[in-house]
Order: sequence, then structure tokens, then C-alpha cells
Amino acid sequence: MIARENRLTIAAGGFSLGGILLFVGLAAAAMLAQGGGDGLFDAYLWRVTRFTLLQASLSTGLSILFAIPVARALARQATFPGRVWMLRLMALPLGVPALVAALGLIEVWGRQGDLNRLLAATGLAEPISIYGLFGILLAHVFFNMPLAARLMLAGLERIPAEYWRTSANLGMGSLAIFRFIEWPAIRGLLPGIAGLVFMLCATSFTLVLTLGGGPAASTIEVAIYQALRFDFDPPRAIALAGLQIVLTGTLLLMLKFVAPPPEEGETSGKAVQRFDGRSRLSRLADRIWLVLALFFVGMPFVAIVTSGMQADLSRLVRESAFHQALATSALVALPSAMISVTIAALMIRTQRLLLAPMIPARRRHRMPARLFAGAIGASTSLVLLAPPVVLGAGWFLLLRPFGDVARFAPFVVIAINALMALPFVHRVLAPAMASHAARTERLAASLGIGGFHRLRWIDWPPLRKPLFMALSFALALSLGDLGAIALFGSQDLATLPWLLYSRMGSYRTADAAGLALILGTICLILTILGTAGEQRSPEGPRT
Amino acid sequence: MSNPLHRKMPKRLAIAAIALLPFSTSALAAEKTLTVYTYESFISEWGPGAKVAEAFEQTCECKVDYVGVADGVELLTRLKLEGENSKADIVLGLDTNLVAEAKATGYFAPHGLDTATLKVPGGFSDDSFVPYDYGHFAVVYDTEALKDPPESLEELVEGDPNQKIVIEDPRTSTPGLGLLLWVKSVYGDRAGEAWAKLKDRVLTVTPGWSEAYGLFTKGEAPMVFSYTTSPAYHMVAENTDRYQAAAFAEGHYIQIEVAGVTKNTKEPELARQFLAFMTGPEFQSIIPTTNWMMPVGETKEPLPAAFDKLVKPEKTFLMSPQEVAANRKAWIDEWLAAMSTN
Repeated sequence: MIARENRLTIAAGGFSLGGILLFVGLAAAAMLAQGGGDGLFDAYLWRVTRFTLLQASLSTGLSILFAIPVARALARQATFPGRVWMLRLMALPLGVPALVAALGLIEVWGRQGDLNRLLAATGLAEPISIYGLFGILLAHVFFNMPLAARLMLAGLERIPAEYWRTSANLGMGSLAIFRFIEWPAIRGLLPGIAGLVFMLCATSFTLVLTLGGGPAASTIEVAIYQALRFDFDPPRAIALAGLQIVLTGTLLLMLKFVAPPPEEGETSGKAVQRFDGRSRLSRLADRIWLVLALFFVGMPFVAIVTSGMQADLSRLVRESAFHQALATSALVALPSAMISVTIAALMIRTQRLLLAPMIPARRRHRMPARLFAGAIGASTSLVLLAPPVVLGAGWFLLLRPFGDVARFAPFVVIAINALMALPFVHRVLAPAMASHAARTERLAASLGIGGFHRLRWIDWPPLRKPLFMALSFALALSLGDLGAIALFGSQDLATLPWLLYSRMGSYRTADAAGLALILGTICLILTILGTAGEQRSPEGPRT
Repeated sequence: MSNPLHRKMPKRLAIAAIALLPFSTSALAAEKTLTVYTYESFISEWGPGAKVAEAFEQTCECKVDYVGVADGVELLTRLKLEGENSKADIVLGLDTNLVAEAKATGYFAPHGLDTATLKVPGGFSDDSFVPYDYGHFAVVYDTEALKDPPESLEELVEGDPNQKIVIEDPRTSTPGLGLLLWVKSVYGDRAGEAWAKLKDRVLTVTPGWSEAYGLFTKGEAPMVFSYTTSPAYHMVAENTDRYQAAAFAEGHYIQIEVAGVTKNTKEPELARQFLAFMTGPEFQSIIPTTNWMMPVGETKEPLPAAFDKLVKPEKTFLMSPQEVAANRKAWIDEWLAAMSTN
């Protein structure tokens, strides 16, 4: 019965993979059939590519470097007041449209920002200039450091309780604990996290242009957008997207070889309690990192709230345009988040089953199984590199023989949003499901527990927390997204970010600020949902 | 009911027809539908869309249906993506720089209207597209932050690099393309040098107008590249004189917004009727305070006082759509080269 269930899971995983490949492939084929696309590789593209790689590498490096001490501080100080709110704050940047974040960052770091005013008051003549590479890096770290820290923290919290007991018994110091326990756990996650952050930074568009200070700061994504707008050259857009995928794919592959995969320690599943981080020095260090992170991530949000409060919020929330946008956003975000989490869970399970040595039937087909599993892994990350506008345009072309494209638009947007959330969801779920499987798989199999019973009694309790976190990530992501909507967008499919941009584009800056505040509040509510597993088990997850 | 089908209709079909009767009568009541593709801000609550539809529906016994996309460029992209199957009868909101490419698609039909009476500075006329409003590009400045604004493009280029301006990217936005063409019109072959100088004054280059204007109103730069009509919004809607446009001695580049009838429209008559209505006083009176652009025809009442205070360029620059289409790539490359040096 379990073998049959496994076969079904593998089939479903394969089906998901096929669906994703088909969705992206068909869009690409439709675009290529449009004709055009000569003279792809010129000096301009070379420069743009170089800059893309430079800024993305630096942004990734900085985000990771900042995230490590923050994640460690959060892991070591498991009980300080406001910890849950700190975790929630860290999930917020995901759901904020790039333009809103850019304006928030400018209120803190800009020429007229808080920081420069502070510096001017102390008599420093040379103000900080956010415009240029510095601004791009700042914005990318703002978006990605919290994401990286959240993912690392989840990894640190999965370290078995036995490790901490042993380390306490051995009297290991802070440095030794980092070197022998924490770093190995983080290192295993790094390829996934760094890859995700790198992809997000490489495909960044609005932030790079707005804060970049000039066209010297242009990414491949700008060229793709250019190819689809004034030039309308779909094959060029596809070729550029292909270049983006190949370049980043190569880098991700290299990352994978450099860092070894994480090992799952055997555990009896006792409640996790850490005994380190109690000394005055480590408490002070943790506190400094947390305060730094709090200010860095929190200040732009304070700015967003402050300017949002100046809007006529009570009028705004009564407007029918707002109600419609809210409903549209919910109708797009909910299904796409659900689809994303389901597909990710299925694919991760399939990957596990394919590579697991415990299924005798699989032993004969090692190589194809490995390839299949590899394809699943690659597809869940690289899909982020397929620009939503390109996917959207491709599907527009594909669907137009079947009538009014506007009718299909919601489904295409939902599908694109689900795909875009997949890499995030995968990063949240994969490590959690791997630990869980390592701890329960054999026992469940030997007891013959399968189907709904395993889901309900074995899988659900420990996986609830990562599932909620993944769901809230996916929801926030598609709530704040404009990419997929940009092309299909019409008054019938006006989401909250669309409404926000539209107010912004007709001088209604105050309305836009108010909507940004509302969008931020909704994302906060979602992250409260995402940390739902957090409070119930303060002593750590039981397995 | 003189439908000849009625007489020969078999019984069963007649029953089906009766069952469907409520639907067919409601379809009759709605009469013809005119589908207008436009940019989103045209149909937002404060935009001209609803008022225009209401006014036109009174004259035509038809229904106006809008489809709004992000902006003028996206409008053309959308049309190219939809191809021959597009349900658009009217496409409203392209600007003259997009006209050549729009015509090259072959999706537009001649309008057959006499547009000679329309008042468009620079004089634009085309057999497929009818202008409905225009605006001159201008540098808008914050009077609280800048006491002596530049009085010519040359002064903007040569001026103090510490007084910054936010501009838009010609690769992604129409105002960005407007500034590119303006500089080209004034400087010609020396445009590259002018950009290299202006570069030091440019705080940043944003992907679209919204980002640039957002930075400007946040006080990040005392100047932004926008329209001569921008101050009218602040004066009429916000009651403030704080933001003003700088009049440039050389003259200003113009943006003319146009509409056209699609070749495959099922309502060619109605569509032409709409274009004629578009240049009439009803439509033209709605435009200034909803679309914040200048009307091309007679308005029912004189424009609000704020419009008298606006910069009125004595000279207008406008390149032909063909010239723009032929040179856009080369000029953007020139811009990139000048703006990317360190």
C-alpha cells in the first residue's frame, strides 16, 4: 500500500514538473515564433550582464554576511520579549512592492532622509548618497537579509536537542559551538539561500533603475523589459531570459558543488533547549546585532507608516475601487499560494523518494531517478529567472486564438504567481521536510502507517510550522507582486499594487502612501499567520 | 417583430426562443457596444473615462466599454499581442512617438475626419490617428528648494551639478523618450556632449514617471522632468503654488496624445462617430482637469484660472513619427554611451 502511495507521489511530482516545464516552455515557444531578435550580443548586453553579475554577487554576499549573526542571535536568544514580532518584521519586506520599499528606504537613507539630517546636525559635511551601487546594495540587503536570516534560523532550530546537551557537557565555547554545530547547519543551507537571494537580486528591476543613479546600473531584466516594450521583440526577450537562466544556473550549480549538502542528525526528538549564549558578552553581541537588524529593516517601515498615516485612510478604505482591488488581490494570492505550497510539497517528497535508498524498486534506475530528482530541484529554483512579463506575454500569444485573452488572464496570473513563489516555498519546506523524513520515514514505513493517517498524525504536527511559514511567504509575495499583472492588468484585474501604482501615476501620492500602509498591514497579518506555529511551542518543535 | 425566421420556426426552437427571450431583450436594450482600449489613468475614478462614456452614450444609444492597460506603450504592446483578434474598436492614448510603429502593425484604419481645425502646437496630422490632447514636457521645480530655476535647456545642462534633477529612462518610459528627443532637437549632433554634461546634475534615472515624481515630491531633488501642466494639478487639487514649471528659451518638446479606429472593428460607423465626438466641446471640456493635459478643440467654458498661470511655450519641438522610429535606437545608444561613462 505504501509502495503504491509512493508511486502515486512520484507520479504527482513528475506531473508537477511536467506542468512547470510546459508552462514555461510553451510561453517561450510562442514568443520565439514571433520573429525578430537579431544582433543579440552587443557591447551593451555585455556591459549589462557584467553589472547584473556584479551587483547580484555583492548583494547576495552582504545579505548572507548580515543574516548569519542575526539568525544566530535569534536562535540563541529564544525568549526575549518581542522576539515573535521581530520574526514577523523579517517576513515583511517580501510583500512590499519595490517602489514602496524604495521610497521607504529613501526616507531613511536619501538626501533628505533621517540619517543625512542626523549627520548634518552633527556637522558632517559630506552626506551619504544612496544613488548608485550603494543604494542598490542597500535595497537588496533590506529585502534579502531578513529572508536569509529567517531561513537560516529555521535551520538552526532544527539542530537536534542532543547536540546542545553534548556541547554543554563538553563546556564548548561560543566559537566552538559556531564552528562545530551552527556553521555546519548553516553551510548546508547556504547554496539554497544564496541561490535564491542571487536570483532575486539578478532579476531586480525597479530598485536597480530608481536607486542606480543612471543607465550604467542596468540589469539584464531592464534589457528584457526594453525588448518587450518600445522594441517589441519577443525572441530577443526570450534570448535574454535564456542568458539570465544559463548564467545564474551555472552559478547555482557551482554553489552546489562547493557546499556539501546538510546531514540530518539522528535525534530522539526531545525538546530543543540551548544552553549557550548566556554569558554577558554573547548577550551583548546578540543584542547589538538584533538592534542593528531591527533598525535596518524597521526604519523604512516606520517611514512607510508615517507617510501612510497622512493619507485620508478612512476615505480610502471606503472606496469601491479599494474593495475591488482587495478582493482581486485575495482571489489571486490565495489560490496561487495554495498551489505553490502543494506543488512544492509534492515535488520535495518526490525528490526524496527518488533518491531514498530504501525503495528497492528504484535501485535499478539510479541514473534516471537522479536526473529526475535533479530536474525537480533545478526547476523549483530557476523558474524565478523566467521573467513574469515574458511568461505573461507568451501565454497571451498562446491563448489569443481561443478568444478574449482578458477572460484567461486571472488564471495565467495565478499560475505565474504560484511559480514565482515556488522557490521561496521550496527553501522553507525542503529542509524541514528532509529532517522530518529522516526522523520518521523508517519508523512510519515499518509500522505501515500511510495515507491520511501519516499526514494527520506523523506529518502535520511537526510540519505545521514550516507549512504556515511557506504559505505566508507565498501569500505576501503574490500580494505585493506587480510583474505578472503589468501586462494583463486591466480594470477588471486591478490588484492592490496595481491600484497603488495607478494612484502614484496620477499625482495621488498621498493615496499611494495610504495604500502602501494598508498593503503592509495585510502582509503583517499574513506573517502573524506565518508565525502561528511559533508561540504554541515555545520549547521547540516536538517530533 | 418582422424577423423572417419567426414564420418558419419549428415548435421546439420556438420554445427555446421563448426561454431565451429575457436575454435577447436585455441584449437589445444594451444595443451596440464600443470597446475603447486606453491607458489606466484615463479610466480611473478621477480620470476622464466615466464622464466621457456618459456624455457619448447620450448621443449614440450605445455602450462604451473600456479596457485599461498600464500606459501608452503597453497599449501598443497589448495590441501587438492580441493581433487581428483584438476586440478593440478604438485605441485611445498612443502618443505621436508611437504612431509610426502603430501604423506599421497594419491594425488601424483611416479615420476620414477633417482635423484641420484642431489646435495642436507643432501641427500634427495623420490619416489614421486623431489628436485629442497635448502637453509640453517641462522641468518642474520646487520653489521652496530652488530660487533660480534654469531658463533654458542650455542652463539646465551647464548649471550647478549640486542642484539635482530626476529624469526618466528613454528605454522604458515616454517622458524619458521625450527628454531624449528634446535634447536632440536642440543640440543635434552635439546631443551626446550635452548628455555627458547633464549627467552630473542627474540624481537618478527612473523607469517611469511615477518613480521620478515620487522622488521629487519627497524632496530628494529640486527638479524633475514632467509636464507644463503638472503645476495645474497642484494648484487646482492641492491649492499650492509650490511646484512650478520652468519656461525654456529654446522652446519645449510636445507630447500629443492620439486615438485611432482599428481595421477589424465591427462598429466602424460608431467608432468614427466617437472620434468626431472626441474633438468636440463635450469631450474637450472634460480633459483639462481630469487628464491634466491641454485640449485640442473648443471647450464649453474657459479653462480654470490655474491653466492661465502655466508656462506657454512660444516654440514647440516635434519630430515626425517616422524620424523617431528610424533613429530611436541610435539615439538611445548615444544616450547610453554618454550617461554610462564615469
